[in-house]
Amino acid sequence: MPTITYRDALNHALREELRRDDTVFLMGEEVGVYQGAYKVSRGLLEEFGPMRVVDTPIAELGFAGVGVGAAMVGMRPVIEFMTWNFALLAIDQVVNSAAKMLYMSGGQIPVPIVFRGPGGAALQLGAQHSQALESWFAHVPGLKVVAPATPYDAKGLLKSAIRDDNPVVFLEGEMLYNAKGEVPDEEYVVPLGLADVKREGDHVTLVCHSKSVSVALKAADQLAERHGLRAEVVDLRTLRPLDLNTLVASLRKTNRCVVVEEGWPFCGVGAQVVDDLQREAFDHLDAPILRVTQADVPMPYSKHLERAAKPSPEQVIEAVKRVTYRED
Amino acid sequence: MTATAGSPAALDPGQRAWYHRLLRQMKLVRRFEERAAEAYAQGRIGGFCHLYIGQEAVATGAIAALRDDDYLFASYREHAHALVRGTPARAVMAELFGKAGGCSGGKGGSMHLFDAARHFLGGHAIVGSHIPLAAGAAFAIKSRGTDQVAVCFFGEAAVNIGAFHETLNMAALWGLPTIFICENNRYGMGTALERAAAVYDIAHRACSYDMASEIADGMDVLAMLDVTARAVERAREEKLPTLVEARTYRYMGHSMADPIHGHYRTKEELEEQKTHDPIEQLGRRLRDAELIGPEELDTMTRAVEDEVDDAVRFADESPDPDAAELYTDVYRG
Repeated sequence: MPTITYRDALNHALREELRRDDTVFLMGEEVGVYQGAYKVSRGLLEEFGPMRVVDTPIAELGFAGVGVGAAMVGMRPVIEFMTWNFALLAIDQVVNSAAKMLYMSGGQIPVPIVFRGPGGAALQLGAQHSQALESWFAHVPGLKVVAPATPYDAKGLLKSAIRDDNPVVFLEGEMLYNAKGEVPDEEYVVPLGLADVKREGDHVTLVCHSKSVSVALKAADQLAERHGLRAEVVDLRTLRPLDLNTLVASLRKTNRCVVVEEGWPFCGVGAQVVDDLQREAFDHLDAPILRVTQADVPMPYSKHLERAAKPSPEQVIEAVKRVTYRED
Repeated sequence: MTATAGSPAALDPGQRAWYHRLLRQMKLVRRFEERAAEAYAQGRIGGFCHLYIGQEAVATGAIAALRDDDYLFASYREHAHALVRGTPARAVMAELFGKAGGCSGGKGGSMHLFDAARHFLGGHAIVGSHIPLAAGAAFAIKSRGTDQVAVCFFGEAAVNIGAFHETLNMAALWGLPTIFICENNRYGMGTALERAAAVYDIAHRACSYDMASEIADGMDVLAMLDVTARAVERAREEKLPTLVEARTYRYMGHSMADPIHGHYRTKEELEEQKTHDPIEQLGRRLRDAELIGPEELDTMTRAVEDEVDDAVRFADESPDPDAAELYTDVYRG
């Protein structure tokens, strides 16, 4: 199976869906002539032309709204935000227009649109360019929220998102674009709404998504090597709808859980996971569920402080020791 | 370039039926809104209810210039636009009453009327947020290579919001067949345009985007029709957008919860504006040109009264949405 980057996996998903369906178009800043700020759209303008790979002015609110309007009349737009940080300028269109249109029209007007772009903590980009905003969008009924961790999932989930009849917020990991993984040449999709067990174990469940999957996997390696603990790593992949079945099945085995995320702790994705699990898996829990998150501060610039702000394998290991009541 | 357009000097006797249709639509909107005000006062309509009384010529004249397959977007003061587009008065009133028979199944309310079959695409209640949606529909039109147009109605207070400028720029840059109709009723809630905008002639804002613009007398339905027809032709034939500023006036408060006059405008100003009433104006011109007789006018008035009576009765009798509807239409599929 070929090994490709997360970036190229997304590129292939876009290319295949643009070829498959004439109503799909990609719109955003620098997606065409410049080949994408992160090169996700490399080569697409040349193949599909400027009506399907559309460069926009820097006007997030405006072009997000253009996408919603096009979706309302039957197109399947993919709106690229150069980063999710800039998407805050467009959140009115994502929340008030896209998410609510089907409901407030009494089911008449679906909005099949994908909003995508990089998010999460980056490297020394400071407070405004380095943040994980998943929970902002996952809060909203009417949106689906996806955050893949691997090239395979990135490609398969983006294809599903484009084919979905609902607005999908698709958060790519800014630090994952160069990550490599196996992706088959053959056509495939990964359904939305299904978590994936990235590593099996029976001592503790590590719940994670996007970049925090690699943090959890590193922690799992060290837990096995140094502490003899077998951690199960569950990658949520889709944050809304949340795949509780997979989580509960894992907890039945492990009875202990740590949630790892790059977002802030207050009202974060992990807060929702913990709420669901204490209700759905109460009898299977042998310890309180702990969370490892970004520190509850804006992202600092200093390399030293930034490292301290981000969730780390060491923090995960500490949390696992606490939920397993281990001293060693 | 900005031109100011008035009504054609003389009426064309050959257009008699057409004039009657416009008059009837305006009378329907007026009577519908009066009855909605009553129902609101009786507590049968809840929430916010923004009435259109005084502005009837704008929606009526503009929509008369469109084809059935063109797309319409409107703000939260949009009962008239749905009615003129042909959404049955029953379905609009039932939506105001929050009933299952409403055009959005009772889930939208006064501010979120939708009629997809008639290409009436809302009913949007964040000021200016629907302006890019219309450009999006126009982008789809351009992408498919059809010759429809997309029309967006919004109030003058929306021209100070970013979405307006971002959208006009893209519509002009990309050549999108969009008609932006600014209904300048002079007050954004209780703030006069002069207290909110550095430039009062809204049509002039189009200069920033090298876009055609026209100022229309929004109290004159035939002027609105003329101006919109030119903009439609520009959009259909040349694929160019237009900004139309319709100068109009609302007789009621911003919403039913707001005072009709007081701190922000005087009773005298309101009374003076009513002397330009769009329905009176067209009726007078038709009578003067002997294109409508007293009996025809009576018949029309009675027919409109019956239609609105029927709408209120239907809305009253329509059932509440089924409790199970709470959780439907959140996601498709």
